[in-house]
Amino acid sequence: MKAKQKLMGLNGNESSAYATKQVDPDVVAAYPITPQTIIVERYSEYVADGLVNSEFVAVESEHSALSACVGASATGARAYTATAANGLALMWEILYIASGLRLPIVMAVANRALSGPINIHNDHSDSMGARDSGWIQIYCENSQEVYDASVEAWRIAEHLDIQLPVMVCFDGFTISHTMENVYTLPDDIVKTFVGKRVFMKTEGHHGETEFRLDPACPLTIGPLDLQDYYFEHKVQQSEAMTDALKAITEVDKEFEEITGRKLEYMYPYMMEDAEVSVIGLGSAMGTVREVVDDLRAEGIKVGMVKMRLFRPFPVEALIKAIGKVPVLGVMEKAVSFGAPGGPLYEEIRTAFYDTEKKPLIADYIHGLGGRDTSPEMIRSIFKSLLKVKEKGEVDKQVNFVGVRE
Amino acid sequence: MSVKQRGWKTLPKGAVPYKSTREYETGDWGVATPKIDQKKCTKCTLCHFFCPEGAIKVREDGYTEVDYRYCKGCGICANECPVKCIEMVSKK
Repeated sequence: MKAKQKLMGLNGNESSAYATKQVDPDVVAAYPITPQTIIVERYSEYVADGLVNSEFVAVESEHSALSACVGASATGARAYTATAANGLALMWEILYIASGLRLPIVMAVANRALSGPINIHNDHSDSMGARDSGWIQIYCENSQEVYDASVEAWRIAEHLDIQLPVMVCFDGFTISHTMENVYTLPDDIVKTFVGKRVFMKTEGHHGETEFRLDPACPLTIGPLDLQDYYFEHKVQQSEAMTDALKAITEVDKEFEEITGRKLEYMYPYMMEDAEVSVIGLGSAMGTVREVVDDLRAEGIKVGMVKMRLFRPFPVEALIKAIGKVPVLGVMEKAVSFGAPGGPLYEEIRTAFYDTEKKPLIADYIHGLGGRDTSPEMIRSIFKSLLKVKEKGEVDKQVNFVGVRE
Repeated sequence: MSVKQRGWKTLPKGAVPYKSTREYETGDWGVATPKIDQKKCTKCTLCHFFCPEGAIKVREDGYTEVDYRYCKGCGICANECPVKCIEMVSKK
């Protein structure tokens, strides 16, 4: 049944903090870093005001923040953290430990460019770099999506077919600091929705037990795992990601029942008769939608697809969303130095490799270090794609948009 | 290995070892192994305290004994022994 929702003015950081307050996880361990700082501030206030039961651990670094979450989560607690850019980089080794140990931690990432040179503004170099760390990655376009993802993330992470940590990614400043109207659920509905943490069964020293550290049922988690079993554990992680594609849809359906908001892996817009289209993730997609409307009003048949889920990568949903549109421009805010293209471009091209009718695909890297992606720039991307359509081939695979020569 | 090892479908998930770490015998890692000469030993038990693996036990009679199932052969005991009664013997 759809719950009565309250409209609140929240920026992306506040959305994440507020949703997490409603979930009230057992442990929150986080270190403030721009542009995520507001999350840590708000949550500290919730703790100080006695509005949550969470144990707030004021750690000395992000490495410690995620380590504390790993320890807490292994005991069966719900653990939340938040970071950005260099903070995420400092968590690096623990990212792999959290996923390898199958701990359903939820982390907010206010996407920010990685140093150096030092920059505090948005691009996706931080979380795109972490794409192979075994975390589920959800990208949000606005504060509403941050709220929704921050509630849903727990159910995704703890789903018995998944049991993996989740990153809720949203653009630093553009979303993290921009106040928007956000529909929020009542506390009790959120509590019922997330429920109690569920555990997978495993083999302890005294036989079958729940996967959590409990002195009554001793268990060893994460010891030496060499040539004999490490490979098997990695295949299990890979399988969990594959299974997650099905399981996340289940959670989305339940979420739709209480919110009325239908969450998808891909959001196609004006794709039915589009001659060229753009695909991407994050806040820039809102501007792209505006430009699509403008160009349509001028009689130019363009379309777009916004991606919500990057890990696991929804190949089938992607192919379905693109349909028969013959030219596709990938817009992304990350560079993979020395690679054939940006990370999103490479994966999208790979996804189409085995399809019979592949679209022509070009990469448009934009907005690095927080450079504004203006409607004019997006128009120029569509213009470039229309030229590709006309010519029937891609002249330049990777394009940097909005950079001075 | 003679024991049939489990595949990813039946192996417990979440980096839980199939065996207890107690059964993970790391003693075959070393290239040298300590040999304690009890004639010289003064029962000071420093080797027991210095062993990073906890592989040297103190016996009831006060002498120390190496548990070769877990000794990795680092040689710290031999280095620390004040009366030099521990010799590192090559396994070859």
